[in-house]
Amino acid sequence: MNKIIEKEFFSESVVKLVVQAPYIARSRKAGHFVIVRSGDKGERIPLTIAAADPNSGTITLIIQKVGVTSAKLCELEVGDTITDVVGPLGKATHIENVGTVLASGGGVGVAPLLPIVEALKQAGNRVITVLAARQKELIILEEQMQQHSDEVIIMTDDGSYGKKGLVTHGMEEVIQREKVDLAVTVGPAIMMKFVTLLTGKYDIPTVASLNTLMVDGTGMCGACRVSVGGKTKFVCVDGPEFDAHQVDFDEMLLRLDSYKPSEAEAYESFLSSHPKSN
Amino acid sequence: MAEVSEYLKQEREKEWRVALRANMKNKERTQLERVSMSEQEADKRNKDFTEVNCGLSEEEARNEARRCLDCVNPTCITGCPVSINIPKFIKRIEQGDLLESARVLKETNALPAVCGRVCPQEVQCEEACFYTQKLNKPAVAIGHLERFVADYEQNSGQMSVPEITKLNGIKVASIGSGPAGLAFAGDMAKMGYDVTVFEALHEIGGVLKYGIPEFRLPNNIVDVEIDVLEKMGVKFIRNFIVGATASIEELRKEGFEAFMVGSGAGLPNFMHIPGENFIGIYSSNEYLTRVNLMNAADPDFDTPVLSGKKVAVIGGGNTAMDAVRTSKRLGADRSMIIYRRSIEEMPARNEEIIHAQEEGVEFMNLHNPLEYYADEKGRVCRMKVQKMELGEPDASGRRRPIPIEGSEFFMDVDTVVVSVGVSPNPLIPSSMKELDVSRWGTIVVDQDSMHSSVKGVFAGGDIVRGGATVILAMGDGRKAAGAMDDYLKSR
Repeated sequence: MNKIIEKEFFSESVVKLVVQAPYIARSRKAGHFVIVRSGDKGERIPLTIAAADPNSGTITLIIQKVGVTSAKLCELEVGDTITDVVGPLGKATHIENVGTVLASGGGVGVAPLLPIVEALKQAGNRVITVLAARQKELIILEEQMQQHSDEVIIMTDDGSYGKKGLVTHGMEEVIQREKVDLAVTVGPAIMMKFVTLLTGKYDIPTVASLNTLMVDGTGMCGACRVSVGGKTKFVCVDGPEFDAHQVDFDEMLLRLDSYKPSEAEAYESFLSSHPKSN
Repeated sequence: MAEVSEYLKQEREKEWRVALRANMKNKERTQLERVSMSEQEADKRNKDFTEVNCGLSEEEARNEARRCLDCVNPTCITGCPVSINIPKFIKRIEQGDLLESARVLKETNALPAVCGRVCPQEVQCEEACFYTQKLNKPAVAIGHLERFVADYEQNSGQMSVPEITKLNGIKVASIGSGPAGLAFAGDMAKMGYDVTVFEALHEIGGVLKYGIPEFRLPNNIVDVEIDVLEKMGVKFIRNFIVGATASIEELRKEGFEAFMVGSGAGLPNFMHIPGENFIGIYSSNEYLTRVNLMNAADPDFDTPVLSGKKVAVIGGGNTAMDAVRTSKRLGADRSMIIYRRSIEEMPARNEEIIHAQEEGVEFMNLHNPLEYYADEKGRVCRMKVQKMELGEPDASGRRRPIPIEGSEFFMDVDTVVVSVGVSPNPLIPSSMKELDVSRWGTIVVDQDSMHSSVKGVFAGGDIVRGGATVILAMGDGRKAAGAMDDYLKSR
């Protein structure tokens, strides 16, 4: 169980792990996530399932090195096991044929976006996908997205690949060009906030998949709570997907930084004791 | 019932018991003073997580055991949700056969070292004790004695494993490894069933591990009891959420013939007042889970916890006491309980309230939070509180708190723990559409058998009760085990 059978570096800081998890591989649907813990002293973090193969009993996780826990996961090699993997958690994405869907993914948010795009396409939608990152090396899963989208638009902050500009620039071009019935966005909270402001301007229903802090992931602790339409919701059991126009992104952004000072400190001391990760 | 009282009578007439009774006159026994358990000094213990209660010495225990009159009609047993043969285990202590005493406990109780620590004996066995009922004297310290014997056995290195009747090969599952699930697993294993316990978290024990702090119930005590269950053949599967990882239907296909749902009351309640989502405001579940399960207080562990100098814990239950006492140990200068009723109405055990007071916790009774405020980084820094007064009794029989207009004031806080109850975890109910659920989200069961509306699916503990105690959950688990055995045999 939880054995890593494939590892691939998408970039220096983004790693793909294919992990043995036969039950989860069979039960999971688009939108689901898992909680993982690495090491007996590790913390529990949520990771969205990017893909799964029920036949081989594996799930695919994509991890960006941002702190101690993600760095520990990225250090694992083929043949190692992840201490704990539990799921699938959260509600699956609601999939129906609505017409044209504009999907947007930023950073490693592209990983959880892939199964959603795949399912939306399968349901008969026209799917246009905008992928955004700071620079070329951070654009991931482009080929797979091409396979399941009618069109893929690449945006980079520095113009090193695709078009130069933010995800919202790429999206607005599409919105002005054709009728969009639904927008789906997965990425850093700040990106989803601006995507939502944009689609709000054009009255486009929008779904955002939120990536908050979590501990148990089963509704027990409330670490993941967000305000949606003025009501407190738990991302782990009520989400992770919500009507983006109802989400209080500013509150979410604040809460994501709850442990920033101690995290930064912990990461520094981790890096100094693990020269490999530098 | 007739069978049970016949059995108790037979046990009482055994030679050794008769001899012990003859050793000392009842009048002498009732003259003895109830033992008081020694505790770590309040000023020291509130700085670390070592256990507060120190246990009894063998001499203290044997002396206390002499107080028990070995009544003809042992009413104490009726006060025990898991029906421990109380006089028998106590008389074994008096006799000095402590390992045998431990075996008596384990006839009906899978977790004696846990129950000896966290059961509210004062409203159960000890309330039903002859001393309380008829003599107007302090009850025999049944809880202390239970803990003494269980600890003695744990430390003896000679843990007995309860006898298993012939294995029957029938696969049954417990969903959840908290007190209901463990009690169920112990009884089913004894009856020869092939028991698997599924746990969502990475540790076995449920609320015993993530909820109750180390200073009240050390984790290693729980682990020893789990170890005994493992030796009895119970299998534990961690990181497995029935209803998500696999459904009950899928598990049926894997050969499981019946299920006991003991998934607990998972969802923490919030008050839904402004500012409640600011940084530094936790549910008691999250705060305690970070500290107890994830070891956040230990810098070697990766999980962080924010625990400041001015901590307000909202609520008056045992969990609120656990949280506020934890905050003191994490270095708070002011640890405060804010509760809307008076101290008399607090649902927490008296012992917990007294311990908290001794440790320097401030009690702001008849106060209620109205709003939280944060600094520029979103960290809570202040709260608005309103004073309350008590009116007429409400549906719960407690006097209703009424806000006093114009009494609002502000106080500085940097951490808040909201401990105002929990709601049932919806994971199992929502994965089984045909399961009858009350409007509070609890699973509806037949009171006598704990059988739910789905054949072969039983339930017990907080997922049925909504929020109760460890021992009531264990009682449910035992009841479900008995009923499941009948159900499986009568098919």
